[in-house]
Formats: sequence, C-alpha cells, structure tokens
Amino acid sequence: MKVMAQMSMVMNLDKCIGCHTCSVTCKQAWTNRSGVEYVWFNNVETRPGIGYPRRYEDQEKWGGGWVRTKSGRLKLRSGGRLKKLATIFSNPKLPEIHDYYEPWTYEYDMLLNAPAGEHTPVAKPKSLLTGEDMKISWSANWDDNLGGSAETMADDPILQHMSEHVASEYEQTYMFYLPRICEHCLNPSCVASCPSGAMYKRVEDGIVLVDQDQCRGWRMCVSGCPYKKVYFNHKTGKAEKCTLCYPRLEVGLPTVCSETCVGRLRYLGLVLYDADKVAEAASIEDEHALLDAQRSVFLDPHDPAVVQAAREAGIPEDWIDAAQRSPIHKLINEYKVALPLHPEYRTMPMVWYIPPLSPVVDVVASSGNDGEDAKTLFAAIAKLRIPLEYLAGLFTAGDTRPVEASLRKLAAMRSYMRGINLGEGKDERIADAVGMTGDTLEEMYRLLAIAKYEERYVIPAAHTEQARELDELACSLDYDGGPGMGGAGPFGSSSGQQVPVAVENFHALKNRQTADRPSTSGRVNLLNWDGNGAPDGLFPPKSGEE
Amino acid sequence: MTQTPPSSRGPATDGPLADSLLKFGRFLRPGEFSPDLRTVTLEGGRQGDVFYRDRWSHDKVVRSTHGVNCTGSCSWKVYVKDGIITWETQETDYPSVGPDSPEYEPRGCPRGAAFSWYTYSPTRVRYPYLRGVLLEHYRAAKARVGGDPVLAWEALVTDPVASRAYKRARGKGGLVRASWDETLEIVAAAHVHTIKAHGPDRVAGFSPIPAMSMVSHGVGARFINLIGGTMQSFYDWYADLPVASPQVFGDQTDVPESADWWNSTYLMMWGSNVPVTRTPDAHFMTEARYRGQKVITVSPDYADNTKFADEWLSPHPGTDAALAMAMGHVILSEFLVERRVPRFEHYLKTYSDAPYLVSLDEREASDGRRTYVPGKFVTAADLGGAEAAVDNAAFKTVLLGRDGSVVVPNGALGHRFGDADEGKWNLDLEGVDPQLSIRDGAAWGGEVAELELPRFDVAPEAGAEHEGGSGVVRRGVPVARVAGRLVTTVFDLLLAQYGVAREGLPGEWPTSYADASTPGTPGWQEEITGVPAEQAERIGREFADNAERSGGRSMILMGAGTNHWFHSDTIYRTFLALTTMTGCQGVNGGGWAHYVGQEKVRPVTGYSQYGTASDWSRPGRQMIGTAFWYLATDQWRYDGLPADQLASPLAEGLFAGRTTADCLVESAKRGWMPSFPTFDRNPLDLVDDARAAGKEPAEYVVDSLNDGSLRYACEDPDSPENFPRVLNVWRANILGSSGKGNEYFLKHLLGTDSSVRAAEAPPERRPESIDWHDDAPEGKLDLLVTADFRMTSTTLFSDVVLPAATWYEKHDLSSTDMHPFVHSFNPAIAPPWQTKTDFEIFHLIAKRFSEYARTHLGTRSDLVAAPLMHDTPDAMATPHGTVENDLPLVPGVTMPKLVVVERDYTAIADKLATLGPLAVKAGMVTKGIVFDPTPEVAELGRLNGVATAGAGAGQPLLDTDVKVCEAILALSGTTNGRLSVQGFRQLEKRTGQRIAQLAEDHEGGRIRFADVQARPVSVITSPEWSGSEHGGRRYTAFAINVEHLKPWHTLTGRQHFFLDHDWMRELGENLPIYRPPLDLARLFGDSPVVGSTAPSGDPAASGHAEVAVRYLTPHSKWSIHSEYQDNLFMLSLSRGGPTIWMSTQDAEKIGVRDNEWIESYNRNGVVVARAIVSHRMPEGTVYMYHAKDRTVDVPRTETSGQRGGIHNSLTRVLLKPSHLIGGYAQLAFAFNYLGPTGNQRDEVTVIRRRSQEVEY
Repeated sequence: MKVMAQMSMVMNLDKCIGCHTCSVTCKQAWTNRSGVEYVWFNNVETRPGIGYPRRYEDQEKWGGGWVRTKSGRLKLRSGGRLKKLATIFSNPKLPEIHDYYEPWTYEYDMLLNAPAGEHTPVAKPKSLLTGEDMKISWSANWDDNLGGSAETMADDPILQHMSEHVASEYEQTYMFYLPRICEHCLNPSCVASCPSGAMYKRVEDGIVLVDQDQCRGWRMCVSGCPYKKVYFNHKTGKAEKCTLCYPRLEVGLPTVCSETCVGRLRYLGLVLYDADKVAEAASIEDEHALLDAQRSVFLDPHDPAVVQAAREAGIPEDWIDAAQRSPIHKLINEYKVALPLHPEYRTMPMVWYIPPLSPVVDVVASSGNDGEDAKTLFAAIAKLRIPLEYLAGLFTAGDTRPVEASLRKLAAMRSYMRGINLGEGKDERIADAVGMTGDTLEEMYRLLAIAKYEERYVIPAAHTEQARELDELACSLDYDGGPGMGGAGPFGSSSGQQVPVAVENFHALKNRQTADRPSTSGRVNLLNWDGNGAPDGLFPPKSGEE
Repeated sequence: MTQTPPSSRGPATDGPLADSLLKFGRFLRPGEFSPDLRTVTLEGGRQGDVFYRDRWSHDKVVRSTHGVNCTGSCSWKVYVKDGIITWETQETDYPSVGPDSPEYEPRGCPRGAAFSWYTYSPTRVRYPYLRGVLLEHYRAAKARVGGDPVLAWEALVTDPVASRAYKRARGKGGLVRASWDETLEIVAAAHVHTIKAHGPDRVAGFSPIPAMSMVSHGVGARFINLIGGTMQSFYDWYADLPVASPQVFGDQTDVPESADWWNSTYLMMWGSNVPVTRTPDAHFMTEARYRGQKVITVSPDYADNTKFADEWLSPHPGTDAALAMAMGHVILSEFLVERRVPRFEHYLKTYSDAPYLVSLDEREASDGRRTYVPGKFVTAADLGGAEAAVDNAAFKTVLLGRDGSVVVPNGALGHRFGDADEGKWNLDLEGVDPQLSIRDGAAWGGEVAELELPRFDVAPEAGAEHEGGSGVVRRGVPVARVAGRLVTTVFDLLLAQYGVAREGLPGEWPTSYADASTPGTPGWQEEITGVPAEQAERIGREFADNAERSGGRSMILMGAGTNHWFHSDTIYRTFLALTTMTGCQGVNGGGWAHYVGQEKVRPVTGYSQYGTASDWSRPGRQMIGTAFWYLATDQWRYDGLPADQLASPLAEGLFAGRTTADCLVESAKRGWMPSFPTFDRNPLDLVDDARAAGKEPAEYVVDSLNDGSLRYACEDPDSPENFPRVLNVWRANILGSSGKGNEYFLKHLLGTDSSVRAAEAPPERRPESIDWHDDAPEGKLDLLVTADFRMTSTTLFSDVVLPAATWYEKHDLSSTDMHPFVHSFNPAIAPPWQTKTDFEIFHLIAKRFSEYARTHLGTRSDLVAAPLMHDTPDAMATPHGTVENDLPLVPGVTMPKLVVVERDYTAIADKLATLGPLAVKAGMVTKGIVFDPTPEVAELGRLNGVATAGAGAGQPLLDTDVKVCEAILALSGTTNGRLSVQGFRQLEKRTGQRIAQLAEDHEGGRIRFADVQARPVSVITSPEWSGSEHGGRRYTAFAINVEHLKPWHTLTGRQHFFLDHDWMRELGENLPIYRPPLDLARLFGDSPVVGSTAPSGDPAASGHAEVAVRYLTPHSKWSIHSEYQDNLFMLSLSRGGPTIWMSTQDAEKIGVRDNEWIESYNRNGVVVARAIVSHRMPEGTVYMYHAKDRTVDVPRTETSGQRGGIHNSLTRVLLKPSHLIGGYAQLAFAFNYLGPTGNQRDEVTVIRRRSQEVEY
C-alpha cells in the first residue's frame, strides 16, 4: 500500500443554478490576459448541449484519455506514445480555435469618440484574433439555457449514444448545468502525453500542473486530455490549465471557483488513496465496474492501518485529520451519492458530481398518483424529466443503476426531512428503503443543505517547513537553458519565447490608468481591447524582437 | 531527486519502445515517475509555476458592493495591487443565520464578479463631455450677452435655430471633452434660468432605488428637493411596485428575507426566475428542498428555476390569475366550506376583512329581474345614533357577532387618528366572535340575494367588440339587514366570486371542479391557461393542506413575470387571496414573497430625512414617474385608450366617453395623485401674484382655478410653459433601460430622430380634458444632464455627460429586502482621471448654482401643491370612496394641499452640506410615526462638526459622504435602538398593545459607519417595518401585525379582499378577479392579433414571412437591467449582443434559424436582434430579455433605416385608472407606494427574418 493524498472536489449538480459566477471569478483571477482570451479553466455547460470546446466528449474524434487494449493494458487513445512522438510536429487531433470560439471585443470607444453624424454611435463586434468585423456565431457558452437547440442537439455526444429517443419539444424540455474544471486525475492522460515531461502531479496533494519553464508547447496534453481542460496559450506558446488555485489551497483557502460559488454546491477535501492500485483499477475491463474500482482505490482515513501507512508515507498529522473530516470522502465513499465524470476515459478523475433531480414530466403529474403521502409528494425517480440514461452517459459509462441509487437517496432525504420539518416524526422506513439510516440521512442533509463554509471546505494548509526541505532536494540549475540542462534537449527548442508573464494584467491595467485614450500600445489585455488597430502581443514576437 | 526505477512493469503502459523513449525524458525532470511511466509526481523545484503565485498576490482587499438595482446587496472583496483594481470575489462574513440554517455566504453573481472590468474599460467615462453643437452655441451666446452664464443659457434656449440644432444632434455622436469648470457653469446656469423663467417644478431629477446606494441617491435628491425640483418615482414606473400591496395591505411592499424561504415547506415560484433574478439567494430554495420543501414553478417557458421544481405549471402568458382563482376555488371549497380549518377561520376573522359587512345595491338586470351588486363597506356612520356620532365614524367598519350583534371592532382607519380613539387602533376583537358568513349567524333566517358579478374572460360577440370579453355571472349570497341595509360579508362575496356553491343559494354554480361553464373552477381555468384542471386542483389542495399542517408555512415567491402586466394588480390580488385565506401572511416561511426592485431602504427614516431635505423644507415635490413620462414624452397623443373599455359590464358610466388620460387629469385635480409641473404658471410667480392681489396664495389659487385664469399643467402638457425643461439623471439609464415607449422619448422629449411608427389618436379618441395642439412639440427638454461611469443610451443622448466614480471608488450604504443587513461601499481606489463621486458632483453643482442665484434668484416663495397622503388624516378625504362631482375646491380635501415654501436660492450649497433644524422641530415622520431625533442631532454635531458660517451655521455638517452615512444610521430606528424604542412606544400608545420589547434589548444599540465597514451588520427591529428580527429570527413581513395585533394601514385595519372605491367597482375589481392580457388588436386598430401571419404591409417586409407574437421582456441572465449588458465578460458568456428568444414553431413560420438576424416592429418602434431558437419557448411568445441597450452590436434596421432600438422601443405607457385613485384609506398616495405603473407585458410585435448583411 502506497498512501497518497489527493485534493478533490465534489460538485452537487442538484444545487447548481447555472449562474457562471465560478467561470467569471476564475477567469478574472487567472486567464484574463492575452494568449488565453478563449480559455476558461472553469466553464459551465448547459446539458443537453455540445459543450466547450465543441463535442469534446467525442473521443473517436479527439482521441483523449486511455483505452484498454486486448491484452488488458492501458494505452493512450490517440495512439501509443511512440505514435505521439512520431507525429510530434503535426499533432492532428487538436481542437482549433473555432472548436472553442473566436474571441471578440467591441469598438467601445466609438460610444464616446464618435464624431457628430447621422446615427447613434454603436460598438460593433471585432474579432480578437484578426481585428476584423465579425458576426458572433459561437462562444464558450453558446448552448446556454437552450435545453438543447435544434441546431446543435443532434450533435450532443451523450444523446447520440442513448437508446431512448429524446424529443426536442416544449412539453419534454429538460436541462441542467455541468460546471467543469480540470479533473486532477489519478491517472492523468495529459501527463502521460507530454513529451517534455513538463506536466506533473504534485506529490503532496495530487494537483496536476504544467511547469511553465519546461513546457515546449507540443500540445500533446491538449489532445491527451479527454476533458479538454488543458489549453494552449498562443502568446507564450505554453500549455496552461486549472491549477486548483494551489496558491490559495496552500494557505488553507478554497479555490476561487469554490469560494465564489453562490449555489454553494462545491466541496473540497482530501481523499487518501492507494497509489499502487490506480493502474489496476483503471484497467478493469467492464466499463460499468470502473466506478466501484475507483472507489476501491480510496482508503478509509479512519482505518488505523491506513493512518499508520499514511504516517509512514510522510503525510502530516493535520492532513490525516483533514482526510478524516473530508466531505469528499463522505460523499463518494460513505453516502455514495457522488459520481465521477466519464469514468470510461479511465483517467480516474477526481472532480465528482452529485446528479441533479429534476421536475416530473406532466404525464406523470396528471396521472393523479401524486398526493399526500410523503413518498409520492416528491416524484418517482424514474419519472423525472432528465432521462436517467443521459446522466448515466455522463457519470457511469451508461449504467443507470448508480445514478438512480444516488437520486433515490436525495429523494429519500427530502421525504425523511419533510416529516421532521412538519413535526410529523421520523420515518425510518424511508431511510431503510435506500440502504441508509435516519441518522445518516440527517448527517447527509446537514452536509448538503446546511453546508456551512467549514464543512464544505476542509483544506489543510501546506507545510512550508517541508516545502523548504523539498526545495533543497531540487536541482536549482535544471531550468530551460541553464547549466544543468546541457542544451535544448532532445525534443527541440521551446516553441514560444519565454515571457515574464507574471501580473501582466496588472501592467496593462496600469498603463491604461495613466493613459488618456482607452487603448494603449504595448502589451494589451485583449479582454479590454477596444477593437482599434492590430493589438500588440497577439502572437509571440519573432526571435530577435522584443 | 527521488525516483523509482521502472523495473516492475504494471498493466498500464503501451510498449517497450515508448517506455525507453520516455525513460530518456524522465532524466530531464526532477520527480517521481510511476513504475510504468504512466504519471509523474513532483516535489519541490517548482519555480516554473511561480507565475500563478505571483498573479495571486495583491496589496490590499477592500470591502465594497455594487450599486445596481438587482436587490442583491452583496458584500464583495475588491483586490488591489499597486493602486490598480485587479478583480473581485465575494465576502463570506455575514452574521450567522443560526446553526440549523444555511448561511448567506457567499452572496454574488457573475455580473457582480465582472464589475471591475468597467473600472478601466474603454466605455468608461473619464472626463466631462458636452454636446459639441451645444457648446459652440453656448459660447457664442455667452459672448453676445456679455459673459453672464444664466443670460447666456437664456439666449441659447430662446434662440429657436440654435436650440433646434443641438436638440436635433442628440444621440448622434459629437460629444466633446470639456473642463469641469465650463460644464458646471452650463449645468448651473440652466437650472437657475429654468427656475427663474419657468419655475422650479420644471426641473426634474431621476435616480432610482436609494437602497442600492443611499448617499449617492440622496445627495442628488436633496439638491433637487432644496431647489423645489421634482423627483420622479421609479418603483411604480418600473412596474415593480405591486399595486396589489397597497390595495390589500396598505403597504408599499414588505416581504420575507430570503433566508426565510428555508422555513417554508411549500414554495411556489410564480413568475419569478429565482436563479437568474435572485442569484445570491437561490441556494436557500435549492437547500430548503432537502429539508422537505416541495417546490412548484409557474412559468410560460421552461425557465431556469424549473430545473429545481417538483412540478412545472405552464400557463399561457398573463393568464396566471385564472389559475390562482381555480386554486382558491379548491381551497375555499375544501378547507373553508366543506369543513373549516380552525386556524384558517380564526385567521380570516382576525386579520382579514372577510367578516366585514358590505351593503348590497339593488339593480335591475337586463331581463328586468331584481338583482344586486356589492356596494360599500358598512361603517359606523351608517348605523345612525350614537355610533354614527363618534369621530371618524365613516372610517370605522362593521361586522356581525355570532349572536347577531352589530359590532364596530377596533383597528379601523377611523381609530388611527384622533384623541378619542387612542389605544383602540388594534386588532383585538375583544371577545367578539364574528360571523364569517351571514349563514353563521344564529339569527339568520335563510334570506338570500342574487348578485351580478362581472367576468372578463368571455369572447366578445361580433358587433359588440366594444364590450370586450366581459360578461356577467349571477350568484347568490346569504344576507342580513343592518341599519336598514341589505348586507352580506366579504367572505360570502368571496365564495360567490370564486364560484363555491352552497346549499340553497340562487345563481349559476359549477357542478364540479371540471365544470368549465362558469368561472372559478379548475376546469374553467384549463380552457384559459392550458394548465390541466387536475394539476391546478391538486396543487391548490396541496398548498392549503401544507399550510394547515405547517401552521401557515406555504409561500408564493412572485416576481416580474406576473407583475409587469397591465392587470398585475388583479393578478397579484388572486395570489394574495391564496396566502391570506390559508393564514400564511405574517408567518415565518409563509405568505407572499415579492421581489422586484431593491426598494427596501432599511434605515429609511434617516435616508428620507437626508434625501427629501425635509430638515430644511417640507413638502418636497415627489412625482408619479409614469404620469410624468407619459405626458412629457407625448405618449398620451398616441394612446386614446377609452377608459370605459376597461370597465365592468356592470359599470355605471363614470368613465363613459373618457380616456385613461382623462382619469389622470381628474386624479391630479382631485389631489389624489401628485402632478408636477402643477400649474400653467411659475409657482414662484404665483405667490408674488397672490401677494400683489392681496390674497393668501392658497386662496388666490382656488379663486384663479375657479375663474379659469389658472389651469393645471397636465391639462395642456404640450404648451411650452408646461414643458419640463431640465432633467438630471444619475445612477440610471432611462433611455436604455426603464423608458417604456423609448422612441417617444427620443421624438418628443429630446427632439431627435426616432422610429415611432404609430399614428396619433384620431379626434374621437383624444382626451377631452387635455388641450390638443396639432403640431406636437419635439424637444421639450432644454438640458439633459447625466452622470455615469459608462456609456449608455442615456449618456449618448445627453447634452452633458458627467464622469462618475464607480462603486469601488466611494463611500456609501446598501441594504435590501433579501437580507437583514446594512453594509458599506468603500473606495478601493480614488476616483481615477477626472471622475467624481455623485456626492461631490452635486455639491459642485450646488455651489455654482448658489453663486449664480445671488444675481438671478435670491430668496423666493414657492407654492407647492401636495397630494392627499397615505398614513395621514388625508386618507379620510373620501368617505366610502364615493367620488362626488361639483364639490367646492377645498385644498387638502377636494384638491391638492397648497403649501408655501420659502427658498433661499443662494443658500442651496450650505443647506446641502448641513442637517437643517426641522428634523428636530417638526420631527421625522415614517409611516405615521413621528421620531424625535433631538439627542441624535446633538451627537451628530459633535461627531461631524457643525458649520461655522452660512445658512447652516451651527447645524451638523453633512459635507462628506461618510458624514452622511453616519447621519443616516443615527437617524433610523433600524440602526439606532433608541429611536426604534421611541417609535414603538408611540405605537403602543396608539394601539394599546405591548410591542416595544421587540427593540428594548437594543435600546442602547447604535450601528456606526465603522461597524458596517468591518462587516455587514444585522438591523434592529423597528416600527419602520412590519416584521421582526428580534432574538435572531428571520424577517418576515407582518409578523408584528399578526403577533402583536397591530393593524394594517387599511380601511378595516385588516388585509383586504374587498375594495369598495367607486372606481374599483367601475372597473369590476371589487374582488380578486381574472382579467386577460389586454387585447391590443381590439383596443387599438393598429396592433396585430397574436399568431397572425398576415403581411404587415411594411415596405421593408415585402417578400418576407412575418408572424405576430406576444412580446415579453423578462429579466436577463447576463445583465442587471442595462448594467453589464455591455460588459465583455457577460457578452463572452452569452450570445454577445441583443437577442430574441423564440419557439421552434414561430421560427419555422418566418423561416429563421438560430443566430440569424431578425427585425421586430410594432406601432412603437423597431428592434433588430439575432434569434435564439429553442423548444424551451412556447409558441406565440418571444422574449427579448429586459434592458438590451442600443450600445453594443446593434445594426441599423431595414424597417426604419435608423439604429435599432432598445427592448423598450416596442413598448409604451398605458395607464390603469385603478392606480390613480387617491385620498381614500389605503388607496392614498405615498412616493413609490402607489401610482400608475409602467407596465409593458401586454405588447404584441411582428417579427421577420431580415437580410443577413447588416450595416452599423
């Protein structure tokens, strides 16, 4: 047993209101800068819908994640690593900008500066890539609130794999929201895809990161990630991705997307897992067994043997304590209401989801069997608007049973608590029907409904005393071009110029603050660009410039 | 460096060759590889990631909030690095709701999260701007007149060529950067000249929603009030005011905080899309479900909140009242007739008008039969003898005790004022058990009467279109005789109205719930709404059953979807009937929860004192915004809505031959509603003229009105002496957001290009009481001044644009009805460039104004015509609500009060910056309670310092925003325990009930500005509001009324099902009733029928398929009104510009696909947008989300050739007479409390696909 700690997230989709506050605060904090205008480390999809980038779930097209070979081994779906290395200069399975969207801005300054004329001034849209006029025809969130549109619904990869026909009719409408960040997988195919070894998983908390010094911009990680949560910064020529806000986590603060989630649906906490069992679990043949296989990799933090092994692995006491108080462990392994996103990609994702309940279809309501009884006041799970099969397509490789079990627990919690709320007593039979006890249902209720800040986020701070120790272990000369490297390495020189990107946004803003005109020369934050002229810094400067 | 040799090959790699290549790479990295090289973990040496660590660094975090009308009032952390705002995230430190409830953290939404974009955005207004043409002409005029700015302004505006030139140029670019000095000069000169030449009531101020930034609103309002200008109301103008609330509760709006949703066990979200419009609060709903709350949504589309519902009811738009009536039918039948739930019965008897007696008026039906219609509440005045001789007997309502005795219970309006009734204004029935129904009476002998009741849901017959869809139903009620009158109870009337049959009563009654032949049943509503009868029945039953089992914890959360209709007052009354008949009002977790508009200024007394400047002079000029804009923008010229077409088939002809505009004039002349500008003469000159004539001004005005030498301005709004001349807009975007009938604003108020397509009303449809000028004025307004930090339609069309500080650049206060906290704005940075806070801007204007006033104005006497006010004895001006004609003019009774106010125009700046003496001398009045702030004013003098010179010498200083914050907090009961207790003691005296304990434990409590800077602070329970926070409970409206027997501010002192004013009867709205959306095709010949695909005949539409659809403008997910709709983050997450949502069926009819350009046009204007096609939408209805401004991605239209309009280019103002009633009990004016609403939901538009080549 090799005990490791993983910082993980659970999102309760049943509470998600689709507001996108998480997306905005994340973007403001991390990707509000040139080179990553189109990048949303956190995005929210309306489902049904085809997502961002378009149809990212279609692995037959994009080749992300792992597949199991006949011999029972895992290989990257996009081909073995040899193939990757062979095709390194022409990565064919990469989403283009139009698969994300062409970022744009508007001619805002015309509103103030338009000369006297015939018509009311207006800010017309301008492409952030070409500077030309454009008609906006796709965005990071084009499907928003459609419940699937006639234009795109047929392309939803989940719907395509469903046996049940889903009509796009008013009476049958359903929708829900799926917020997504990097999954910080236990078995990350992006890391395995990187020819430069620039991607890594932090040993203490499992956060998957791109070393900005080491990245050579091959973009194999973009192809390798089945969730398309690694992005290419076209200015620096490096890959970037969600960092799980490690500068915040290290001091005990939740990620930006979590703390700012007004739906209060995100949970952060540790799980302990057995690193030795990951590969085996990810290689299990039956896709429907992957969920339980992944659960079995997680260790019970209350098990004395696990605690002992964790100590031996050097995991600090307060981290072990945090693992024991972890809401993630409770939701995944105790209550078993949270499910992984696309376990069939075999990356062992570590952002899990509680599936959404949904209204009943009118057909059921008008049948008259919904009445006074607590058991039927809330609708039967099988009659909910969102087809179980759709949820199963997302969370359980198509197996509807775990989804139904999870939804039944939520419904049971509601019925059980209604009795208490109305002073009509506790009905243990309700808990029993879903294999739980009343006490456990009440505990789960407190975690899901009352959900105090301290219970949503159980985050042990980083141990800086150890970090210093670790720093000493590292070779300080091992940076790009340094004496420890002995040249550019076997895979060519970096594809983009090294750019001192830190607080670039700050400098841009400062320039603008002191300038008379709204647009400034030099490094422009394209999200603020007024659309005039060709912006500097759109592409990496040619060698010799700057 | 640690590493494990890849010797033990696991199951998870893909071959030896790849391994060997990878092995090579691994030596380049410090780190730990998994044995199979599948993954790499890394310790230490992470310099490559320092970028993200650096990016997260910041120098300071400042608490502030967003002054936007979203009702959110969220506290935010603003991050600052090196003096630059970088981004914001939410604060999470709200006071706890308690251990067994979710907390308020984190409050916020994506719009707020994107706010900092504005700070440095290219749409930021950095300097003062003037319209270039105006500036040129002004400078020339100034040179001509020798340099006096006021004379220069006069020369400019009286020069028809020059003034036409700059007015025509409005909205067409050509703004030039100007100096603050010259800008202030022009603004001040325009004000001084206008007051001198036309009168102070020709200067208007528009800024909505003080709660969203009280000081910023208050400073401008204070300036306007000091000079005698008119402040426009907004809550009614926005159609956010639920008129049903004053009608039923006698209150503006008072609702539970959002944490109280958690206490509800049955929640109906009715026309309120909570995740979008109450984003920070939505979680209480999602979480309450886990506590066993059942959730229902009622919405015509599959709205966002439907995701959370257990059931979705989808009535056709605007038919909600029919659904609510049917639910009421089920509840009355099963819970109050077949059996009576004791709690419901007790509640109705104690807290509603249900047991009160109403006289029945005899009437001959068309077939000659003797029938009755409901008449008036029986009052003590009707009883004769000693009972009729008491004070205010006509306002003391009557009921019958179980034993048949005639009782005049405490708590009616007649007990509210006057010494004789001290201690009797309460809900204590003193042992009387009222007859809910006349049948309950021991002495009832079986006497019944057949009533005629109106209905509006029938299809008009051919040839009788004038009757509209109205008809009559006959239903019987049990009756008794009291003081010679045939009477019944409101409860009996209610059962008749809802079609609840009882043994032995004559009339037409349904035979079952499914019976669709007569109004009231679930079957009947199914034909109207499309909601299955079974579902309506079951949900109604569940709602009541839940209320019974939970003690009243059934809640209806309602919003703009049902509130912005022409007949919203009747829609809401059917909802409120449900919550009242099930005993849910005033109960935590129950009752109505209306959230449209951030109307709740929790520290309201201090704010009002400051904003109305009533510490210096009273009364101010507070105008009903809808009427002001309706007349000023000449929408009345295109309207001609005959008032009698809205009338009941049982009407007596009060509205015959008159338009709704005539009703407005009548209301103004009777003093029911305010009307500014008031007279066709400068009110300063009026006083001079009176004195010259040797008369008291009031007497002079009455005489002049009588002899016809003086007229009301509203009788001739198109005559130049009655134009509003100067309009100040701040914290608002009237031309890009709230301005219903946007194109009429552009044409008549501003005098520039517009896309008005309607013809003016033909002679036979014109108002009889308003003068008609054949040439409609264009460009009434001389000056439009707007302060904003971003470019909107209002700034685009303004003559002067003042660069305002943002919400992250000033001090201020915020509160809301969604939570019980007061919290602060604080500057994260100083206002950049040449921007200034609203506070500073108005002080600068006031200084310049006072300077010019020395030469041009001096001290003048101003005659203010004030309406009959709610919560005062004025509300007893109209006994029985009987409208009598040909009464002598008596100010304050049959016409407005006439008050002379002295104005020292040279002292405006001094007074703006000091707290005047009237606060102490006359007290501070809120809802009838007089607060005495003597110790607080003394303390403010020490805290803020006192002025040492000028008009305010010796008075406490209000010369900084922080000092004003301190004053507001010190002068309100919610933030000052002493004042709260003082107010409660007064209330105790009046009611004879013990109430002050709700605040006594906070009597020494003071909330200071520093407290709310540190974190949001919970308010103190105060008589300023009807609920209680005492002991940490959640606020719910009317808890004090229910628990402490304090009357509602209504005629009976109870919640009203029945309204007996003449005009209510004329409209057929005595009782809750279903009225369908306006049939515009019937009422106006130029509006199409919904669903029609007939060609509109518009030349640009030739060859295109067209469809007429219902046009709704719900609140948007990607903006708060027009704010944020231009924000690049929001645009990037949405479709990036104006869109119209439509059903797949309607899209097919006109051959349009998703994201194609379409044009939408009706009589009012033209809109160009892209289509979003979704099966989420019902056929026949389109949505253009509210407040799509014309600033971003709006091409020119094919239809007009002009820039496409805003969402309100397709709407206009329509007045409903019932909103104009005043001077009678709860139907009496208070600012933003009662007034005609600017409804916009009944509109119809034609849509077509247009050329996909667009031009900007």
